[in-house]
Amino acid sequence: MSYVYADYEIVRDEKRCIGCKACVKQCGNGVHSVINTDKGEFIIADETKCVACHRCVCFCPTRALKVVKTDLSFKNGANFKETEIREIFKQAATGGVLLSSMGCAEDYPVYFDKILINASQVTNPPIDPLREPMETKVSLGKRTGEIVRENGRIKTDLYPMLDLEMPIMFSAMSYGSISKNAHECLARAAEKLGILYNTGEGGLHKDFYKYGKNTIVQVASGRFGVHKEYLNAGAAIEIKMGQGAKPGIGGHLPGAKITADVSMTRMIPAGTDAISPAPHHDIYSIEDLRQLVYSLKEATEYKKPIIVKVAAVHNIASIASGIARSGADIIAIDGFRGGTGAAPTRIRDNVGIPIELALAAVDTRLREEGIRENVSLIAGGSIRSSSDVVKAIALGADAVYVATAALIALGCHLCRSCQKGKCNWGIATQIPELVARLDPDEGSERLVNLVTAWNREIKELMGGMGINSIEALKGNRLMLRGIGLNEKELGILGIMHAGE
Amino acid sequence: MKREGETRIPSGCAIASVINKNGLPINGKVIVDSMTTMHERSNGLGGGFAGYGIYPQYKDLYAFHIFYDGLASREECEKFLDSDFEIVNLSKIPVKKSPKIVDEPLIWRYFVSPNPNKLRDSHLDEKEYVSKAVIHVNDAIKGAYVFSSGKNMGVFKAVGFPEDVGEFYRLDEYEGYLWTAHGRYPTNTPGWWGGAHPFSMLDYSVVHNGEISSYDANRRYIEMFGYKCNLLTDTEVITYIIDFLIRKKGLTLEETASVIAAPFWTTIEEKDKEKAELLTYLRKTFPSLLITGPFSIILGFNGGLMALNDRLKLRSMVVGEKGDFVYVASEECAIRKMEPNLEKIRTPKGGEPVVVRLNKEIR
Repeated sequence: MSYVYADYEIVRDEKRCIGCKACVKQCGNGVHSVINTDKGEFIIADETKCVACHRCVCFCPTRALKVVKTDLSFKNGANFKETEIREIFKQAATGGVLLSSMGCAEDYPVYFDKILINASQVTNPPIDPLREPMETKVSLGKRTGEIVRENGRIKTDLYPMLDLEMPIMFSAMSYGSISKNAHECLARAAEKLGILYNTGEGGLHKDFYKYGKNTIVQVASGRFGVHKEYLNAGAAIEIKMGQGAKPGIGGHLPGAKITADVSMTRMIPAGTDAISPAPHHDIYSIEDLRQLVYSLKEATEYKKPIIVKVAAVHNIASIASGIARSGADIIAIDGFRGGTGAAPTRIRDNVGIPIELALAAVDTRLREEGIRENVSLIAGGSIRSSSDVVKAIALGADAVYVATAALIALGCHLCRSCQKGKCNWGIATQIPELVARLDPDEGSERLVNLVTAWNREIKELMGGMGINSIEALKGNRLMLRGIGLNEKELGILGIMHAGE
Repeated sequence: MKREGETRIPSGCAIASVINKNGLPINGKVIVDSMTTMHERSNGLGGGFAGYGIYPQYKDLYAFHIFYDGLASREECEKFLDSDFEIVNLSKIPVKKSPKIVDEPLIWRYFVSPNPNKLRDSHLDEKEYVSKAVIHVNDAIKGAYVFSSGKNMGVFKAVGFPEDVGEFYRLDEYEGYLWTAHGRYPTNTPGWWGGAHPFSMLDYSVVHNGEISSYDANRRYIEMFGYKCNLLTDTEVITYIIDFLIRKKGLTLEETASVIAAPFWTTIEEKDKEKAELLTYLRKTFPSLLITGPFSIILGFNGGLMALNDRLKLRSMVVGEKGDFVYVASEECAIRKMEPNLEKIRTPKGGEPVVVRLNKEIR
């Protein structure tokens, strides 16, 4: 007997259902099945397996299906709510750590939603992006500000930088946690958009070396798939120190996802769990990080910028200040709402801080210390729209990392069940029949559409502010006002309240 | 109401300038008169002038023009100047009282040179030593404000219409080879003289018409390098940017213009390889010093001027020439007032620097 009733119910409109069994074929979780009784053939649903991914709903040709939250009620209570009760039942039944996927969805403040953007009126003109040039190109890396002349001419080859057509990149998602087709979608879209995607910690599939100039290769604590050719394959190298969804712990990719191909790419035996340690065991302190940064620079002949990615935790400003002095060229900060393929629920929902506060605190600190130009800043951890991008840049980011939104573009319905490995949309799975559902042609086009649309919106917002280059928006906090925020929050964000 | 510096006040404006390339002296009245034609572009809440070559008798000394709110701030400031500088001459700046110019602070002028021992001990070059001292007074000594600090040049500014300000400071008693002028149309009542323009640092002075949309990006960048933007005005931050790029980074005027009014990426792509590499390098190295939004500025310095528009040319600016004279102004009428029979007149393109230098150094 289970103490837990299903979260969702499948409602089938029998008048519309034509018995085509598309739902049965589409559901990788085995929710829908056919039974034969003496009264005939019926399609029934085992709702306990439903994750609310809407695959069956989307594929039902007569729109006969919907998935609804169950109205089964627990007795009202503001302390032990339904979620807590259900989770206790689950743990009492299994003795296990609760697992979740994607980003924290708890009701913490979303500061982006409490920030408003400025526009020009009278004293200076808004600029029309349809009629005037509007620049969103950015470059990331160390800016020494050095002017070195040789025979009067300024030397122009002092340090490596990443050039992006727009201030948006796809953040790290490993091959293994997501499918090969999903990686292909990201790589091809990045190439077409003139931006970069990120391999995550799972190495780089041999088929994707050709997208190298649009690729960031990641080096994480497990060092999966890291070798010299890999390091030199991308445009930049990212050292992953932490992830917003699960600060302080490593990763765990179950053996079931380590198929032959994933095993080759990661350089680990097939079928074994891939467990990346919580720390890098060669980095127990900041001076160790510096050594890894320079090891990677040596391995790539100082031709590639090094990114250090950290989770937004309480002391993020000091940590970033240390990283900015470590030789790293770029710091990526991942807020606590960032996604994951699997994380302990308690960590995902209770550890770390919002990206808005972390970003503002880091940008302010680096400027106070006069070392802001040592590094570029990438903000990630739930950038949901173009207005989030604009707000992040005005708070001080050079560019943003986007992952959840990219997966949604590919069909993800945020059912937050990636850890189960049965993604019906072909994204977070290695099951060949499911992977085949994600068409790289269509998927990459949807990604290109999404980012192109965002870039258009960014241009509209910039034009309204009278800004015609994204460079003039970076750290331009005067363009932001808080709404419904207290003095402390405004102080940390470094913005004024609306009306001031 | 918050004073200038406690709040950001956008303003529209009129600017004008005249230079004689052979360094012949021009009476201050010439530039004051030209500003009368653009009366409508100001609203009486700020006017000012900068003259170059006006102190030939003290040409090797820094001329500090300082506003004081009261005696106490003057005493504190003079104590500081006494310890860090050698004061060769000090006096009130002579003014002509007028009902049109009211609430004047104490206005003093000092001709100084750095205290040689302190300068040596500071391990700074002389200009850095002086600029640090200026920033210190403006930031740390309450009620004292150094509004001019160059050699053989001086800024004169007040709350009022420019022509009244010119009369108040008796500019017809000064002669210089270069003058710049500013009339202000702020959207708020600053009521504080320091907020008027030109704004200057050492011998760089800036008059500016516009409201830049990149302000806070520029400010937060430049403040990393020891500058303190106390006034929250565009002109202040532009002056610091120019000082930073030219004096500290050693860029030429043209290179400086291609940082603050950087060509569009599409324009850069059309240039030859060497030029494109340089422009790309400058944009990538100083992206936070790109100035967006409307501006027209005239930068004055010892030996010349640079006039520059924003890259979309969102503010008017005209350049006229006759013989050794070059004129720049927001409106043609201001130029015609100075010289009715021009040989050339044109409107420079957005982002195109117009640099005028003296034919030879003036000693």
